Amino acid sequence: MSYRSGMEAFWHGVRALVPMTPGVVPFGLITGVMAIGMGMSPGMTIGMTLLFYAGSAQMAALQLIQDDVLPVAIVFTALIINLRMMMYSASIAPYLHQLPRRWTWPLSYMLSDQSFALCSTKLASGELGQYAHHYYAGTAVTMWLAWQLSVVAGVYLGASIPDTWSLGFAIPLSFLALLVPGIRNAATLGAALVGGVVAVLAVKMPYNLGLITASIGGIVAGLVIESRQERSSTLVSVSDEERAPK
Amino acid sequence: MSDLTLWGIFLAVALGTFAMRLSFVELYGRLRIPPLLSRALMYVPASVLAALVLPAVIYPGGHGGFVLDNSQIPAAIAAGWVAWRTRNTALTLAAGMGMLWVFKLVVS
Repeated sequence: MSYRSGMEAFWHGVRALVPMTPGVVPFGLITGVMAIGMGMSPGMTIGMTLLFYAGSAQMAALQLIQDDVLPVAIVFTALIINLRMMMYSASIAPYLHQLPRRWTWPLSYMLSDQSFALCSTKLASGELGQYAHHYYAGTAVTMWLAWQLSVVAGVYLGASIPDTWSLGFAIPLSFLALLVPGIRNAATLGAALVGGVVAVLAVKMPYNLGLITASIGGIVAGLVIESRQERSSTLVSVSDEERAPK
Repeated sequence: MSDLTLWGIFLAVALGTFAMRLSFVELYGRLRIPPLLSRALMYVPASVLAALVLPAVIYPGGHGGFVLDNSQIPAAIAAGWVAWRTRNTALTLAAGMGMLWVFKLVVS
């Protein structure tokens, strides 16, 4: 649809994102509750949430801080988890890059899985017209507010939740809730199996290198399975696959 | 970990993440993802998330200590099944926590 004004496009973006918030709010609540449970102050928790604005990376960092992992390994792990943002950046860049920085910097900071998922195909099809970035801004701002507010709610809930509830288990559960729907084929399943098993076996490696080794192992497993499948499904065109990594 | 170290971690992650989010928007036309890297990125979520989940479930105390009466394992299996059937975050969390409390009651 082509919009008559930026405001109209913005509000359509807001309305498109609202149905996605029930999937986000539990993560935000858990993140806030966990951080407080670990002894972080409300100010620090909110500061962390504003700086990261990335749920899985933040939860992973919290878990690793709790395990007293080397700071460099924590930063590295969080950035690996966020690498996908580069892909998102590449896919929205053709539609945003011509805007002034007062638009591109805040809109880039607010880039998330959800607003990427809502906007990438709509931006590419051109259906949003000249106010496309207002639509994107509507989704991005709504997602940002939903996340920040749910973490803040978690911060204030956190203080009142007793230890006997074992809420720490909610972190791996949240990751599980993200992981399972993402397994769509043999290659992603292989990546998950190798990543998980190597992480369990390598848990005693120093400086949390186990997690990094496992992640890289899983990624390589996914690539190998993918290229095997391509090789068996196509009899020709092997030229590119020959250079697949071992 | 001291507060200063923590703020250092947060700031480093914030700057790195912002740089990745902004990368292609800022350097449009001057930056390209090599094809192998973009294929590899497809497997980052599955691999990293599994590497975070499995040890956390299997070693409840962290640091690689295995315990026999670990209620987290059956609870995680139940939650994984719910995640697979429903693809719903809130239900997965509820199922996993509910099963954990049930198993803890049964074991104790």
